[in-house]
Amino acid sequence: MAVEILKEKYRSKVGQVVLGATKDDGGTRSHTITVGGESALPYLHFEGEIPNRPVVALEVWDMVPDWNPCFENYYGDVYNDPGAWAKKCVDEYGADLIQVRLKGADPDLNDHSPEACAETVKKVLEAVSVPVMVIGCGKSEKDNTIYSPIAEAAEGENLVMGVAELENYKAVTSACMANNHVVIAQSPIDINICKQLNILIAEMSPAMSSRIIIDPTVAALGYGIEYSYSIMERARNGALQGDKMLAMPMYGNAGFESWRQKEANISDEEQPGWGEQEERGILWEATTAMAYLQSGIDILVMRHPEALKVIKNNIDDLMKDNSY
Amino acid sequence: MGLTGLEIYKHLPKTNCKDCGSPTCLAFAMALASGKASLEACPHVTDEAKEALDSASAPPIKLVKVGTGDHVVELGEETEIFRHDKRFFHPTGVAVLISDTEDVAAKAENFDGLEFERVGMHYITDMVAVQCDSGDGGKFKEAVETVASKTEKALILMAEDPAVMEGALEAVAERKPLVYAATADNFEKMVELAKGKECPLVVKGKDLNDLAELVEKVVGLGHKELVLDSGARETSQVLADLTQFRRLAVRKKFRPFGYPAIAITSKEDPKEEIVQAGVYVSKYADVVVLKACEKQQLLPLLSWRQNLYTDPQKPIAVEAGLYDVGEPGDNAPVYVTTNFSLTYFIVEGEVESSRIPSRILSVDTGGISVLTAYADNKFSAETITEAIKKCGLEDKVNHKKLVLPGHVAVLKGTLEEESGWEVMVGPREASGITKYAKDNFSGGVS
Repeated sequence: MAVEILKEKYRSKVGQVVLGATKDDGGTRSHTITVGGESALPYLHFEGEIPNRPVVALEVWDMVPDWNPCFENYYGDVYNDPGAWAKKCVDEYGADLIQVRLKGADPDLNDHSPEACAETVKKVLEAVSVPVMVIGCGKSEKDNTIYSPIAEAAEGENLVMGVAELENYKAVTSACMANNHVVIAQSPIDINICKQLNILIAEMSPAMSSRIIIDPTVAALGYGIEYSYSIMERARNGALQGDKMLAMPMYGNAGFESWRQKEANISDEEQPGWGEQEERGILWEATTAMAYLQSGIDILVMRHPEALKVIKNNIDDLMKDNSY
Repeated sequence: MGLTGLEIYKHLPKTNCKDCGSPTCLAFAMALASGKASLEACPHVTDEAKEALDSASAPPIKLVKVGTGDHVVELGEETEIFRHDKRFFHPTGVAVLISDTEDVAAKAENFDGLEFERVGMHYITDMVAVQCDSGDGGKFKEAVETVASKTEKALILMAEDPAVMEGALEAVAERKPLVYAATADNFEKMVELAKGKECPLVVKGKDLNDLAELVEKVVGLGHKELVLDSGARETSQVLADLTQFRRLAVRKKFRPFGYPAIAITSKEDPKEEIVQAGVYVSKYADVVVLKACEKQQLLPLLSWRQNLYTDPQKPIAVEAGLYDVGEPGDNAPVYVTTNFSLTYFIVEGEVESSRIPSRILSVDTGGISVLTAYADNKFSAETITEAIKKCGLEDKVNHKKLVLPGHVAVLKGTLEEESGWEVMVGPREASGITKYAKDNFSGGVS
């Protein structure tokens, strides 16, 4: 009995965004990465194109992070050296790209100067040849002072920089505009704000509308993940149905969010009913990332090298053709 | 489902006899259409009409039950492609696989321990699958009996040789196990076994076309308690096949795929297997069978299942009341927030990262956020005061100070008057709590 395969016909597709720049384009990366371009729901190769596989980043901080002790084994020797840290992530752990989180810029922590932040980014760019993403410390007043020096110091590299928020998008967007970088537009699990922010950025500069990465805010497993999951499913459906202001590649900090949670961190002794801590943490992170792959994410930022490995294998599997 | 009152009316006797309790046949038809009456109430409806109405009103995906008593697992009866359109109804049954060639007793012994308490909820690994790898009917039966004696949970019996299945099924038929599986080679015998014991049956094809054909043959033999297996084992193909089952059943009412679906993992590494199973839970599997059996492996998967199957239209609430963060002493700070789970968990996370043991008073706002609840008068001087009294806060701390979310600073005056507690205005966003706590409570509440 012949089954009539049900394929959705979509009017549009997700825009493609190039990350990084090689010598030919004024940068120093060995290669660029292209994300987006989907004309089907996640991994439904039978009804459209998934031209670019999603990419997985690892995160490097500009200060010794307060992470779970289990990370000492992987990064302990490089916590004090962002360049060496980045290199280890790429060479040993197989990160497709690096995200620098300038946590040390936080005025309540190390209060690194804008120049020091730019210097950190330069060091990472020198240490690795993959494309680089840079985000601030999360306090917008300070972050607004670091975007320009970084964007200028890395001119031509086509960084991904963030984050732009509805209440505070101009400084980072201007810095990206002036130096040809890509901007991360972050909205708080809200599809309307997501769209509105993209419109505002595009109004500042029409050229920027093809240089936006959406951060819909990815909650961790067990802590609102289903909200993010559904917002992303809706955004991706909107993009495929022709809404240009939702048709950007999506990005999320799966590692950062997962490792904030008790389920990833609490020791076996304190919580014997939940099993062994490190594997539990790895799977808390990997399961979070898995769900976002299923709702259409294009760039995942992970933390644990084992979680990254598991997720890269899952991506290999999902990228196999399933046409009928 | 789907039929209008008038369409139903055409099939009724149109005698207005009132035997069904409705004044007219038309009124009865309307009640049927809106789901307020059942066709059984009409003693005069013909068998032909009954069949026509039954199949037209059947849900797009049949409900199939596995197991007995408190351990029944309900599969199927899903109506959506996307959870945001309405919701998913029956959480994927998660089955741990035990082979009859491994130490069955040991693995079965641990199985019932795969349950978890998390954020006030209880997560259960709800099924156990026993697979015949030995090829030996006696050994398989013994393995099934061992597992059945260790757990009351729903069983899946996996053996494609009907001769092997027969003995094991005989032994545990009253537990209503899911029989796996009928294939093109064995389906007549398998249907006879499963139907004879009134047990649900997996129909396994070589691909979608083969499966659709086989389902029709099985239905033709009179068995309708079915579960689908396309036979695919590669992640990407399983995802595609599960998507086709759901779409064709829901959108096209394609009958051969109007049953719940089972997915079986292929990964050997437990971490990869959990992620693979996660894909199937996300996209439409009603049962997933996996080998991983450690607590740290099942907890993330069961958490994802719980999250995915929540009702997106219903705000999720935590139980209102007083929560400890760390081990708060009697001079620990007290933060007030709502019982919207997302708000609560964010506040809890920030309070936790302040590393200052504290208490959080979660006020019953019907599971809505601070500003919405304030606008709705559910987060007010009265409701907060009531919450303070209800949890006996006065006896738990040696001070009378509360931290109120900055967004509702306007409540300070009335709340102080109403409750008699001193109100400290906290940060507007939870992200400011860590700093706020360090600035104000490094030495406890003074």
